[in-house]
Amino acid sequence: MKRLLAGLLAATALSGAAHAAKDSLVLGMPLEPPMLDPTAGAAAAIKEVTWSNIYQGLTRVTAQGEVAPQLAKSWTISPDGLTYTFALQTGVKFHDGSPFDCSVVKFSYERAVAPDSTNAQKGFFEPIVKTECTDAATAVVTLKRPTGLFLFNMGGGDAVMISPVSAANNKTSPVGTGPFVFKRWVKGDRVELERNPTYWGAAPKLNQVTFRFIADPAAATAAIMAGDIDAFPLFPAPEALDNIRKDKRFTVSLGSTQGKTIMSINNERPPFNDVRVRRALAHAIDRAALVDALGSFGKPIGSHYIPGNLGYIDLTGAYPYDPAKAQKLLAEAGIKPGTEMTIKLPPPGYARRGGEVIAAMLEQVGIKAKLVPVEWAQWLDGVFKQSDFDLTIISHVEPNDFDIYARDKYYFNYKDAGYRAIYQKWIETTDPAARLDLVGQLQRKLSDDEPNVFLFALAKVGVWNAKLTGLWENQPIFANDLSGVAWTE
Amino acid sequence: MTAFLIRRLVGLILTLLAASIVVFLVLQVLPGDPAMLMLDTSARPDTIAALRDKLGLDRPAWIRYLSWIWGIVRGDFGISYTYSVPVSELIGQRVLVSLPLALTSICLSTTLAIPVGVLAAARRGRATDAGLMGIAQVGVALPNFWLGILLILLFAVAYPILPAGGFVGWEKGAWPAFRCLILPAFALALPQAAILSRVTRSAVLETLGQDYVRTALAKGLTGVAALWRHAVPNALIPVVTIIGLQFSFLLAGTVIVENVFTLPGMGRLVFQAIAQRDLIVVQDLVVLLAGSVIVVNFLVDLAYLGLDPRITHESAR
Repeated sequence: MKRLLAGLLAATALSGAAHAAKDSLVLGMPLEPPMLDPTAGAAAAIKEVTWSNIYQGLTRVTAQGEVAPQLAKSWTISPDGLTYTFALQTGVKFHDGSPFDCSVVKFSYERAVAPDSTNAQKGFFEPIVKTECTDAATAVVTLKRPTGLFLFNMGGGDAVMISPVSAANNKTSPVGTGPFVFKRWVKGDRVELERNPTYWGAAPKLNQVTFRFIADPAAATAAIMAGDIDAFPLFPAPEALDNIRKDKRFTVSLGSTQGKTIMSINNERPPFNDVRVRRALAHAIDRAALVDALGSFGKPIGSHYIPGNLGYIDLTGAYPYDPAKAQKLLAEAGIKPGTEMTIKLPPPGYARRGGEVIAAMLEQVGIKAKLVPVEWAQWLDGVFKQSDFDLTIISHVEPNDFDIYARDKYYFNYKDAGYRAIYQKWIETTDPAARLDLVGQLQRKLSDDEPNVFLFALAKVGVWNAKLTGLWENQPIFANDLSGVAWTE
Repeated sequence: MTAFLIRRLVGLILTLLAASIVVFLVLQVLPGDPAMLMLDTSARPDTIAALRDKLGLDRPAWIRYLSWIWGIVRGDFGISYTYSVPVSELIGQRVLVSLPLALTSICLSTTLAIPVGVLAAARRGRATDAGLMGIAQVGVALPNFWLGILLILLFAVAYPILPAGGFVGWEKGAWPAFRCLILPAFALALPQAAILSRVTRSAVLETLGQDYVRTALAKGLTGVAALWRHAVPNALIPVVTIIGLQFSFLLAGTVIVENVFTLPGMGRLVFQAIAQRDLIVVQDLVVLLAGSVIVVNFLVDLAYLGLDPRITHESAR
């Protein structure tokens, strides 16, 4: 037996040595994408497999959350902010050999705004009036109104370029212009990509990429410890991190996602239509203690924006943890001690466990929180669609989603003319300095009205082999951009 | 025999029809909109409406039911809402994992459990019996997913001789694919073997006390021969019943073990489809599983006939 074990250990040592010349990567993800067309569904996993690997857009969002050129070499914006002229890369071909030129841009954008479009972010394209081709390598996009986030929005998975030839089949056999070609998909287990031999840009270092889907925390830990998985950019078992940190084979990266975890309030339902009640709730919750209790490495937030984002201002001091003040505000609003409030909790751990912590905190100020766990589909139907709730805990994961506070109908029913005016100005302003000022105003206004209790930014906990370079620390958009990932040595 | 088969076939069809109506009605009552689940919280209402229209969700319930059933009759199981591929393809891939896994587990647990149970019965009240049944008692109490994690830690992390999970697919070759099923098969089989060995033991104990065993011993048969020739064959009916039940469970009730080993089996497909409100997949799977349970029961009944000639087709109905 001893000899057998020694042999096995030697075998693993050998496979360790083989890492040096490695050009393949196995990347773990907690959720499997339902299909592989990022322009036809919202699931983050679709973009985390395909964006910038298989498909590319005119622009791209970088690891730092900035806009950079991709299929557009460069662009100019007319002084009125309405006309964008993109100079396109030439000689680019899709994986199936069909050419990329301006007609593809026109097709892709028109498909996204069409009445029967099922693009989950159709709102991104709504400002577009028309896309015209002055020649094959120049696309001119005209907007209805200036749109500050237009280039950013065109740089994510929802706005990738789709060939008219392959559009109908992209859900199961994706075809793009990117550095990796889709090879196969073992449903329920893995998606395999390989290097695109005719890629138009700098060839990627990796030759083979496998995405494997492991939701179970114990299985994910075992897979990374066993070396079956090289990288887990969104590691699902934070409780195992202490052990992994001690192991020199791994890099543990603590970054941030765009997930604003909030306790949403039904602003239309009394007593929550009274701002004093909402502020009291904000004072009653100790965000630092909540983050600690969840072991989630999140950063407390004071408004609907993520620390580190362009124009972020720290408003976490606006409603410091102060149970006495919370009780005073509740008394002023006529809320008697012992009043019952319901918190609906969707499945993620931050909601289910966070709900218990928050219920205990609310009890300190005399509120009896009734916790109702709901399944995700129930949450979407009851809370989101019908606004049937008092309070709920949820992470809003789309970047820059200030629009949800300006919609006529959105589940938490915040309707404020003052906010809408600032928001309208912000989306239409393209001057960077003015935008910074406006993004500050938006954050302050939300903090002031406290339509929801802003809790913390969802952390991005990544674990990967220490010899890997080029993986993103933060997640400014849903992505696992592998074009620059490589093994060292 | 023909009449017997026809009766069973009619029973099968009626049961499937009943199952299809029940599952369809339950899914109608269940809150949740597949289109909304696919497009999430940032989508605009008109986009959700467009997708509902594409999926045909706005047609009246009875039309959806009839077109579903009519499709099945023609062998068309529909297109999955979430995965956008034919459901038959989706289920086909999963069956290629779940069926070999179930068969391997059932073979493992049977080959382990029957000798252990018989041995314990033969050594009734002695140390061997107490030892074996003590282990079996622990086995019954072991949750299979926990055993699975333990097996992974032992055979994939500490001594990496088998994969920690995942499934490479049969196209990579029979052995690489089968390797992925070894640990999960053990995780599923051991607790089931524990139950089965206890059932075997008590069944054999019962037959050992029967007159015909005493007669066999009296006519000069050795204890071992009497045990294997008379006591064991007569004890097999409850054992086969339990094996049938366990097999039905293994086909789709193994979602937790599949999660631990990240196997793309039927259990996870059912679970995902319910969570995603992939209604058509849930409907198809429920009907299919109901059908397979009925078929397994039928095979168990046939086994009764083989095991005990006194049982007739009439009583096996």
